[in-house]
Amino acid sequence: MHSAAMRARTAAHSELGWSVALVVLCCFLFLAAPGKMVNGLLLGCMIALGAIGITLIYSILRFAHIAHGDYMTLGAYVTLFLLTVALPALGIEGAGFGPFTFGYPLLIALPITILVCCAIAIALDYSVYERLRERGSGLVTLSMVSLGIAIAVRGAIQMLWGTEPLQLPRETRPFYHIDFELALPTGGALPFEMRIPPDNIFLGLTTVVLVGALYLFLNRTRIGKAMRATSDNIDLARVTGINTTRIIHWTWAIAAAYAAIAGTLIAVSQAQMLPNSGWNTLIPLFAAVTLGGIGKPWGALVGGLLVGVSTEVSTEWLSPAYKPAVAFGIMLLVLLVRPRGLFGDRDS
Amino acid sequence: MEYLISFIYFLVSFGILAGIYGVFTLGLNVHWGYTGLFNIGVAGFFALGAYTAALLTTTPPSPDQFEDFIFGGNLGNTLRLGIDLWFIVALAGAAAVSGIVALVVGGITLRLRDDYLAISTLGIAESVRLMFLNEKWLGNGSRGLYKIPKFLGDRVSPDQYDLLYFAVVIIVLAALYFAIQRAIDSPWGRVLRAIREDEEATAAAGKNVFRFKLQAFILGAAVMGIGGALYAHGFRYVDPFVFDPLFATFIIWVMLMVGGSGNNLGALLGAFIVWGIWSSTQFLPQEINNPNLRFFLIGFLLVLVILLRPNGILGERRRVSEG
Repeated sequence: MHSAAMRARTAAHSELGWSVALVVLCCFLFLAAPGKMVNGLLLGCMIALGAIGITLIYSILRFAHIAHGDYMTLGAYVTLFLLTVALPALGIEGAGFGPFTFGYPLLIALPITILVCCAIAIALDYSVYERLRERGSGLVTLSMVSLGIAIAVRGAIQMLWGTEPLQLPRETRPFYHIDFELALPTGGALPFEMRIPPDNIFLGLTTVVLVGALYLFLNRTRIGKAMRATSDNIDLARVTGINTTRIIHWTWAIAAAYAAIAGTLIAVSQAQMLPNSGWNTLIPLFAAVTLGGIGKPWGALVGGLLVGVSTEVSTEWLSPAYKPAVAFGIMLLVLLVRPRGLFGDRDS
Repeated sequence: MEYLISFIYFLVSFGILAGIYGVFTLGLNVHWGYTGLFNIGVAGFFALGAYTAALLTTTPPSPDQFEDFIFGGNLGNTLRLGIDLWFIVALAGAAAVSGIVALVVGGITLRLRDDYLAISTLGIAESVRLMFLNEKWLGNGSRGLYKIPKFLGDRVSPDQYDLLYFAVVIIVLAALYFAIQRAIDSPWGRVLRAIREDEEATAAAGKNVFRFKLQAFILGAAVMGIGGALYAHGFRYVDPFVFDPLFATFIIWVMLMVGGSGNNLGALLGAFIVWGIWSSTQFLPQEINNPNLRFFLIGFLLVLVILLRPNGILGERRRVSEG
């Protein structure tokens, strides 16, 4: 008991230390490149929504879910189908809702997309992963199956929608301009100029709400608490009467829902979608998971924001083409100096 | 008679690529089949090998041909060995570069949990591709490298080059097969299989698990590098788009799993069978000959094999020590 409390206290100390260091770093980056910093935060939100799913699957099912990026892409294309085919058939269509480029149908489509993606994820668990779990397959085999599913999902998307870039219905909207000068104590002034698309404010707020909702879910609800118990020790959870199969299905549902939202929001913010865009975000996603510490939803958020900001700010000095390589470099650096991530447990 | 000749030419060009895929499945078998290392970035080592061989052997470009590109080892002329020994040097160089990259990344990730390696190999593949795409001085960007020299140069007429190169591929493949088989049958290979089965027990038996994993990772990567070099001299053209994950990673996984991981003969069989199916689908009628359908089927087949026949066609040979 005593040592556990001690450990918790030192862990809290080190987390505080890291957080302060990160805030200082972020302030510095903000001063260096404010526009890129804001874009990076937005990108980081999207990465975080995906990374949360990966980290949940890690903590309950204990394998690296390689298909997560493709689940995100699937979400974007299901939304596309709803917005361009299904909803217009019901007379619901339109783009450009208030200051946003997307229309109100997006808000109707998103819940349906979430349901579809949850159903697909749970069906795949039932037909594939559950069989392997019952057989006692190794965790790497589960990862490899998820590679097969990743390829199949992308192939299916390409069969249905082709390989050309596609776009959700949108209408151009003016950006918010923020211009001001920051007076320096030494005299002189630092000029700031930022152009923020209104969409980004919606995307950022959505992320905050979703992360908050997940926090409440994990800490306040019975299922959430059962999920945390399962992630601590699945056998112990089972003997205490927790229906672990149900917990696993909940895990898939949440991971798929957040992936579907992330995929759709990325398609909104980048104004285009490609069948391979999800696969290409895998490296930033796993970099975020590693940075935050495997199995820590809170860490996935911080990791996602950090990866988003640093890849975006790196374009000050590097060609933007190297963004994935920068994310990979961050991951290697984390593995080298602090393999358990910023918020990870000592023994993982 | 003409049909027969064109059929033989088809078979030979099929055999070259299938044989090169065989080299990759052998390398991947060292990683996954014998050691249990999950490498989803075969494309990275493929690209490193292919570009290394190409850069070592092409003649330095004249400024009017290329704007930015400056490299070209011109190995054939600098070595001046008379016979075409430069080819072996090119293969060795490709193996060395792939191996060094594997040493660096494996050194960082192999001490940690297994999944990190998978993501890191993906990171290598992507970073290598981005490097050759964007660093024009190094890889001539998206236009890629061409005029990669032929083995035996102009001593063979162009229409017989395929035939000759098929023999070269088969010889290299056979040499690698026997070398790897020997390594796997040795006490060293036994430790690898022990690590795959039970890492903690192997560590408890006094083996340095990390060292063995790193050696296996480097060996497999070097074999993949040789495969890349074989590709470069066979097709005499490389660009960053050759190393697309579908053709350079996913299909190789399917080959290994279909043929039987943990069995080198199975790995080779898988390469020839899967590439045979893949190439013969181009004769299918237009309506069902859909590249996206094939993409889907590659993934579906991988899932299906793991679910229904995890040992593949040949599977691992039972050994006395494991019986």
